[in-house]
Amino acid sequence: MVKRIPVGAHYGLRDWLAQRVTAIVMAVYSVLMMLIVLIERPSNYGTWKALFSHQWFRLASLLFALSLFWHAWIGVRDILMDYVKSTAVRLALQILVILALVAYALWSVQILWSIQ
Amino acid sequence: MKFRIYRYDPEKDTKPTMKEYDVALEPTDRMLLDALVRIKSMDDSLSLRRSCREGVCGSDAMNINGKNGLACITKLADLKEPVELRPLPGLPVIRDLIVDMSQFFKQYHSIKPYLQNAEPAPEKERLQSPTDRLELDGLYECILCACCSTSCPSFWWNPDKFVGPAGLLAAYRFIADSRDQATNDRLDDLEDPYRLFRCHSIMNCVDVCPKGLNPTRAIGKIKEIMIKRMV
Repeated sequence: MVKRIPVGAHYGLRDWLAQRVTAIVMAVYSVLMMLIVLIERPSNYGTWKALFSHQWFRLASLLFALSLFWHAWIGVRDILMDYVKSTAVRLALQILVILALVAYALWSVQILWSIQ
Repeated sequence: MKFRIYRYDPEKDTKPTMKEYDVALEPTDRMLLDALVRIKSMDDSLSLRRSCREGVCGSDAMNINGKNGLACITKLADLKEPVELRPLPGLPVIRDLIVDMSQFFKQYHSIKPYLQNAEPAPEKERLQSPTDRLELDGLYECILCACCSTSCPSFWWNPDKFVGPAGLLAAYRFIADSRDQATNDRLDDLEDPYRLFRCHSIMNCVDVCPKGLNPTRAIGKIKEIMIKRMV
C-alpha cells in the first residue's frame, strides 16, 4: 500500500485564535477574583454564598469555566497530535477528552446555579 | 583543544559512539571548521559536509555543544571544552555528522518556493517599489542550513506534516512579495493544524539561526494575514 501523509484539513486559525481569546478571558477573571478576595475578603460560607448569588458573578464564572474547557481542549489536542501517532488511538482519546470537557461544562452550570 | 565527536557508520557500527580528539591548533585556526579540517587530516574516516567555509552555503550545520550552528562561523575561542559535536537532531544520520536532509527539503518544496505570477513577463524584469522590496529583508537571506527546523520540537515530532520554521519563513517570503499573485492559494495550503499550526512560538528557531533571521515573526505575520482574511 502507498504510504500517504495527508495534510490540508483547512482549519487551525480559528482554534489558534480561540486559544488566545480564552486565555484573555481567564486572565481577566483571575484578576477580578483576586481583587474580590483582597477587597471583599469573603471569610465564611455566608459571604462566599452572597458573592455567588449575584447573577453577573455566576455568568462571569461560567464564562471562565467555558474558556478553561475550550482552552484545555485545544491544548490537549495539540499534545495528542504531537505524541499519539496512531490515528485510531488519537481519535478515541480526542473523543474522550471532548466528552469529559462537555460533562465538566454541564456540571459547572449545575454547581453555579445550585447555590441558592 | 579537546573535542568529542559523534561517530556512526550504519554499515559497520551497531550504535553511535562519541570519539575523543585532542588537536594541536595553529594560530590561523579561528573557526570550528578549521579545527574540523585539521581533525579530518588526522583521521580521514570522519565525515562531514562543508563547502564555502564562510556561512553562505549552509553545508556545515551541526549541533555544537548542544546548540545548532554553522561550524564555519562559530569561533573556537567561544567554545567550552571538550567541544561536543553531533549531527543535526531529528534527521536520519547517513554517517557521522552528515544527515539526510530529504525530509527538510521536501517541506521546503511543499510551499512552492518560487514566484507565481500569471501576467506575461515584462521585457526586463518585474519591478518593485523600494518599500515593497524592503518587505523581503530578513526573509530572503535564508540559506537552508536546517539549523532552525532541526532545533524545533514540533518538527521533531511531525517532520512529515509540519512545514517547519525554514519552510514557513520561505512561505512568508513569497506571501510578502508584491510580485507574487498566489497569496490566497499559499494561505489555503498553510491553513492546516499540522502544516502551520504545529508552531507554538517557542522560538528555538530564532535562537539558533546563524543568519540572525526570525522565523517566528514570519509565522506570526502569516497568522496575521489569515486573520485579516477571515475576520
